[in-house]
Amino acid sequence: MNINNNVVEKTLMQKLTSLKVTFALIFLMWVPLVAFVILGGSPSNADYNWLLYPAIPAAVLLYLICMISWRESWIAMLGCTLVFFWLIVAVCVPFLPLIDPNKPIAPYVGIMSEKKDIFFWLGTDFKGRDMLSRVLWGCQRVIVWGVTATLIAYIIGAILGLLAGYVSGWMDEFISFVCNILLSFPIMVLFILILTFMGASGFNIIVAVTFASAPAIMRIVRGLTYDIKSRDYVFAAQTRGESPWYIMVIELLPNVRGPIIVDACLRLGYTTVAITTLTFLGLGLQPPDPDWGLMIKEAAPQAKLLKFAYMLVIPSIAVSTLILGFNLMADGLREMSLRD
Amino acid sequence: MIKLIAKRLVSMLVIMFIISLIIFTIFDSDKMKAQIATSELGGFQASALIKNPEAYAEWQEKNGLNKTYTEWASGILKGDFGHSREKNTDVGPLLAERLGNTGILAGLVFLFMIPIALVLGVIAGMKEGSIQDRVVTFISVLTTSIPEIATAVFLIVIFGLFLKWFPLNAAMNSGWDWSALVLPVMALVIYDFGYVARMTRASMADVMQSHYIRTAVLKGLPKKRVILKHALRNALIAPFTVIVLQINWLLSGVVVIEVIFEYDGFGKLLLQAALFGDVDVIQAATLVAVFVAVFSQIISDVGYTLLNPRIRF
Repeated sequence: MNINNNVVEKTLMQKLTSLKVTFALIFLMWVPLVAFVILGGSPSNADYNWLLYPAIPAAVLLYLICMISWRESWIAMLGCTLVFFWLIVAVCVPFLPLIDPNKPIAPYVGIMSEKKDIFFWLGTDFKGRDMLSRVLWGCQRVIVWGVTATLIAYIIGAILGLLAGYVSGWMDEFISFVCNILLSFPIMVLFILILTFMGASGFNIIVAVTFASAPAIMRIVRGLTYDIKSRDYVFAAQTRGESPWYIMVIELLPNVRGPIIVDACLRLGYTTVAITTLTFLGLGLQPPDPDWGLMIKEAAPQAKLLKFAYMLVIPSIAVSTLILGFNLMADGLREMSLRD
Repeated sequence: MIKLIAKRLVSMLVIMFIISLIIFTIFDSDKMKAQIATSELGGFQASALIKNPEAYAEWQEKNGLNKTYTEWASGILKGDFGHSREKNTDVGPLLAERLGNTGILAGLVFLFMIPIALVLGVIAGMKEGSIQDRVVTFISVLTTSIPEIATAVFLIVIFGLFLKWFPLNAAMNSGWDWSALVLPVMALVIYDFGYVARMTRASMADVMQSHYIRTAVLKGLPKKRVILKHALRNALIAPFTVIVLQINWLLSGVVVIEVIFEYDGFGKLLLQAALFGDVDVIQAATLVAVFVAVFSQIISDVGYTLLNPRIRF
């Protein structure tokens, strides 16, 4: 009886953590969120709030799945909790009982104090806007643009890496050469160059991140592909007469996924840093909507007194926790993959 | 050895040539020129100017925007980097001064980062999985996870506003002040040391498991001697490469830190030029940055082969 129960439980778990379900949930969470941001859903525009209804349960379920499947490593679980805290905030924020983040109420109200009959948990900034709702709203655009940019950089980098590694020959030489040139730029210099040329916007950040990250991703995938290319199952597929694209996508890609997932977590962190930094430098996302980099930028000239330092510290803590989450996740996953 | 260096130098020249071509093409495009005109004259006048070909050509001539690639490149090779419209000086001396300032900053960062990172890395790698290893790993993950902006903010708040030990910024309006450099250097060291420490740790842990270390231990040599004489030399080969390549990484971090602390260095110059549309400065600064990055890569390659006794030409 006991054994029987175990079997049932295991299959249910497996069903829940199976790739298809996970992908479906990621899709359910991600597409509405991106659509919400791209269509212009914002604190002042509630027309698209309905888009986020399916995303909330999907995000919560994904969090549970991640916690269950990574329960061996507390580091991964901690990182996952930090990341999903911000993800869930990002999908829930239009429905939370928050003050409009762009509405000036009373400037320079300290943390946990009351003014004009409104209690401000995290105070207000120099323009009198509520810090709590600004921090919570601020995560949305960073996450959406950061993850989308990393994803696109990954797709392009992986295609180039598979081509260079599998086809090799002149293709490899050419792709490697172009990537070497891009890798010669210090990243921030490359970002500044691209964004000066193309102008500052969320979409252009994606382009800049792709240019900066795809070469490094290509190198990793190329190395892994070289390693795996001579395995028997690839020869078997070649003998079956499969096309090179089939072999690359179906045979090679799933087998190089382990190191790639770890690298992707790290790179998500880098991209988030890059976006926040670029916004801080005035080259990224533009005002007035809340964003962490923008909050630091706007508060920097104001917060010259310890009393007002919270305006700088709060967004800094927010961005640090998100990046720490990505890095801990990468660390935990690496540890687990080494243990296997 | 000479063959290797020559090969690397040739590839550096090719890369520099292509990158200069890219940089030139970007700023020679009509779109960029129109953008510069708008930033200088305002949108209305700029669009009027562009519609009038003669006046537009004259304006380009005046601002040095109509150079061909050969003219521009030969100018650069002769040391003529053009003219900064924003600061109204020649770019060459301006860039040299700012690079000097950044050099001081970067030099101090390396001076403090390398010993800290190597010592922590070796301590952690000596005994894999021990408490000291876990502590060092955790600290390095934590410090590298906090982006430079946030590190700088925390340092400013703690040491500048709360303890009032150091100045809030490094603008140094009233002469050179070393104490103003403490916070920027600290921010960069905190952000950068973790990576080198982890590399050192991995390399050290690798060496500690090798046969010759086991032999040395079984021979009954004291632990101190095994680590200092036998393990350390081999363990430091890999971190060397990482440290030199860190220059490329540092150049990115320097931009942010210089802007936050208002330090008059190369990164702040580049950012201001980018926001203002100061073409000659952007071009020159980008070229210099790429040159430093590529050159450090060569040093790292050559140094690695020199240090590693297993690679000989």
